[in-house]
Amino acid sequence: MSGRPASRLALAIAAGLGALAAATGPATAQELAHSQVERGRYLAIAGDCEACHTDFENGGAPFAGGRALSTPFGTIYSPNLTPDDETGLGRWTREEFHRALDEGRDDEGRHLYPAMPYPYYTLMTRQDTDAIFAYLRSLEPVAAETPENDLPFPLNIRRAVAGWKLLYFENETFDSVPDQSEEWNRGRFLVDGPLHCGGCHTGKNWLGADIDDEYLRGGLLENWFAPNIRGGENGGIAHWEVEDIVEFLGTGRGRHTVPMQRMGEVVAISTQNLREEDLRAVAVYLKSLDDAVREEHDAPEAARLETGAGLYFDNCAACHAADRSGVPYFFAPLDRSNKVLAENPASAIRIILGGARTQPTEAAPSMLAMPPFAWKLSDAQIADLLTYLRGSGDRRAAPVSAAQVAEMREYLAQEH
Amino acid sequence: MTRELPGVDVVLVGFGWTGAIFAEKLTAAGLDVLALERGPWRDTAKDFATTFAQDELRYYWRHGMFQETSQSTLTFRNNSAQTALPMRHWGSFLPGNGVGGAGVHWNGQTYRFLPSDFVARSHNEERYGRLPEGMTVQDYGVTYEELEPHFDYFEKICGICGKAGNLGGSTVEGGNPFEGPRSDEYPNPPMEMTFSQDRFAAAARELGLSPFPVPSANMSRAYVNPLGLQLAPCTYCGFCEKYGCGNYSKSSPQTTIIPVLMQRENFTLRTETEVLSIETAADGSRASGVTYVDTSGETVFQPAEIVVMCAYPLENTRLMLLSGIGTPYDPRSGEGVVGKNYCYQVMSSATVFFEEEFTNGFVGAGALGMTVDDYNGDNFDHSKLGFIGGGYIACHTTNARPIESHPVPEGVPGWGSEWKRAMRENFLKTTTVGVHGASMAHRSNYLDLDPTYTDAHGRPLLRMTYDFTLNDRRLTDHITPIAEEIARGMGGREVKVNALNGSYDSTPYQTTHNTGGTIMGSSPADSVVNRYCQSWDLPNLFVAGAGLFPQNAGYNPTGTVGALAYWAAEAITEQYMRQPGPLVQA
Repeated sequence: MSGRPASRLALAIAAGLGALAAATGPATAQELAHSQVERGRYLAIAGDCEACHTDFENGGAPFAGGRALSTPFGTIYSPNLTPDDETGLGRWTREEFHRALDEGRDDEGRHLYPAMPYPYYTLMTRQDTDAIFAYLRSLEPVAAETPENDLPFPLNIRRAVAGWKLLYFENETFDSVPDQSEEWNRGRFLVDGPLHCGGCHTGKNWLGADIDDEYLRGGLLENWFAPNIRGGENGGIAHWEVEDIVEFLGTGRGRHTVPMQRMGEVVAISTQNLREEDLRAVAVYLKSLDDAVREEHDAPEAARLETGAGLYFDNCAACHAADRSGVPYFFAPLDRSNKVLAENPASAIRIILGGARTQPTEAAPSMLAMPPFAWKLSDAQIADLLTYLRGSGDRRAAPVSAAQVAEMREYLAQEH
Repeated sequence: MTRELPGVDVVLVGFGWTGAIFAEKLTAAGLDVLALERGPWRDTAKDFATTFAQDELRYYWRHGMFQETSQSTLTFRNNSAQTALPMRHWGSFLPGNGVGGAGVHWNGQTYRFLPSDFVARSHNEERYGRLPEGMTVQDYGVTYEELEPHFDYFEKICGICGKAGNLGGSTVEGGNPFEGPRSDEYPNPPMEMTFSQDRFAAAARELGLSPFPVPSANMSRAYVNPLGLQLAPCTYCGFCEKYGCGNYSKSSPQTTIIPVLMQRENFTLRTETEVLSIETAADGSRASGVTYVDTSGETVFQPAEIVVMCAYPLENTRLMLLSGIGTPYDPRSGEGVVGKNYCYQVMSSATVFFEEEFTNGFVGAGALGMTVDDYNGDNFDHSKLGFIGGGYIACHTTNARPIESHPVPEGVPGWGSEWKRAMRENFLKTTTVGVHGASMAHRSNYLDLDPTYTDAHGRPLLRMTYDFTLNDRRLTDHITPIAEEIARGMGGREVKVNALNGSYDSTPYQTTHNTGGTIMGSSPADSVVNRYCQSWDLPNLFVAGAGLFPQNAGYNPTGTVGALAYWAAEAITEQYMRQPGPLVQA
């Protein structure tokens, strides 16, 4: 018995190679090749590879790369993952591909910038990366040159990444926690591995590496604050049930909030296409993460609360309801929103200034939008409005200043 | 030079309610569908967001949602002895423009016509004897029973809020006891009524009438339609008619169908392309496609296997006349069909002014109202009345938009300090009981091409020749006093009656319910299209919209327009696609 799994694995690898060599082959090998490709397709969906490796803005082919990813350090362009010999992964081997995901090195051994989430993908097994490779090889090759990265010295020297990796990268394998359920362990693997939730939702240090103490407590990326998604006591989504998380990720709608902008993209490309038991595993794991008690700020000045309440009634109540309870599945309830109450109010400020759109999904094709208020409300008004939403009643998040709003307004003006 | 494009399965001329309905059904059946829309792309977030949707100056006064008369309009006269003049500023009705058409700026009152409305000639002649000479009223060729599943589906797509009065033949308390049998209850409960509706319902019951909630496309609660699209609860802001809804609370092509179409690979929309004519194949057996002009001025020929005319009724008629399809109607001989049986509606009202009570008209919605159907269609005995048809009597609270609405009692001057005082005193204390009367076809009311005036492309404008008929006048003279009686029973200080007198005037707003011109029927001698809305002349040409109505009923038309579109789309997918050709032998 003990020999069989190994031989099956060997067969699978052989089948993967066979599929590359020729389209025809023995029936069993074909079936295995298909299962290998299918497994890879699923993992590529879980890893949301298509999102970064497709230049949506310019109508680029899926996985053909070229999307500009702006980081605090400069702009990085995603490479072409299709099996094109000249511009893609056509000449890469499985070993080289595994090394990219496992160690963050390219086919020539050069370090990859950690905009590529290999610190998370390293948790995947060799079988996993081989499957993803088999899937990518099954795509139509697309000739698409990747533009040069736009990074300042010394970051434009790839060797600089070596130092970063020395400090912040560990080539890990995934080890199950024995006293936790299989479901919880599957959830942790997905969250920390292919789904790489921490890429956005974990706070970063000044060099862009995860801060361990900030694990899934919220993080700032491209001036969006990805909220706290710990689901245990005091967590940002403590008030969400397992079902709420599954529904949010699977359908793109939920009673607490709906995915927009960056998370909308993740749901559209990745999570709505994942199996429900995997989403449930993710939810079970997130619900197990307790958080520290939040710092409570003093109640803001009464005058600011009063102004904020008036602004809320005139501008927001029509959709979000006079008591801030919203319209579940349509317009977010704001009384316990993890974006409104986040320590960093960046997303809330940004959505009020620039508006936001819900993500159309298979299950919910509507694209409901919140309109921008930048032209209608002043910095001080938005600051008062948010201070009211964050600090009235039993809520005790820090007040928001007009300067914070002004800074975001300037950022958005520069961005567009 | 006309550029020719590769052919498509279906081209839709116009992309409002009916365009969206045909596109959804025909793409679902696997056809490649191209919609051509004269106006721009419009969506909620960009074009009528909550932050500016209630801009009365822009949308009401400056007609932000409507067809621009400088680009195209029509000419009007009351009778054929007059010379028609162009309408340079919309008044009596407001044709839409752009994606979603008038389905963006409608009120949302979504009725089904009565079973007897579809057989208006045979039913009335059987009950009352021969109709007078000159009344060109006729049967639709399709019955209420055949349309019922399509009414039901359209109501579910829109999430209509109402109360059934006749479920499968059994009368249900609280609904309309006169309506045709329904296969299902409305998908959503009625809206919350206000003080005015409560008073109206009580006064109507006092007179032995049967009030029921107006079927509304303004949402009474959050709703997800059969296509998975979401409608949010109405906020009762009162900006519906002439406005787009920023809250996703009003059914429109944008909220109920278009987002699904935009994800289908076999659907294409080309905006700002105006169709100049429907082209006929050299042998005259079928339509070969359409010629349109884009904003650069280039003319393009778009070949298609099927053409569906989904523009506004007035434009559908004009396009048929300009394209030389079908025989134009000749009012002298009564021969010909295209342009025949243009009908409108007969509106009157009674405004109630309260002394103490506040009606708070600003808490409103386009279809927020209570209504009675006791005097609609043939729901009452017309013996010796000298007219057929009728209308609903309703009390709506749709708006108190300050530029548009300033009701003052009888005898108050039209301006100055006296007017201002009366405005202040009455603004929050009035309500109106309206009569929405049918208009029966007459041989003297019709549409044709104007001999003098042309549009921006040099094509003749449509000419409308219309006046109220004897039937219209008797109808309104009979029903307006009943509305007044209800109004007097509502407990106000005084009532001001706005009766319909004199000739039809095209300047004050009445209703955008223009019908006829491309009418349906059972014979090519008296209709443009057959019972499946298929042209008698070109079997691959279908027509949608209220232009199909042989005469107008005493209701808002959209429910029936929607049902007819689903009925015709089903005829294409279930019958025409299997065996292309005439679905009815002439």
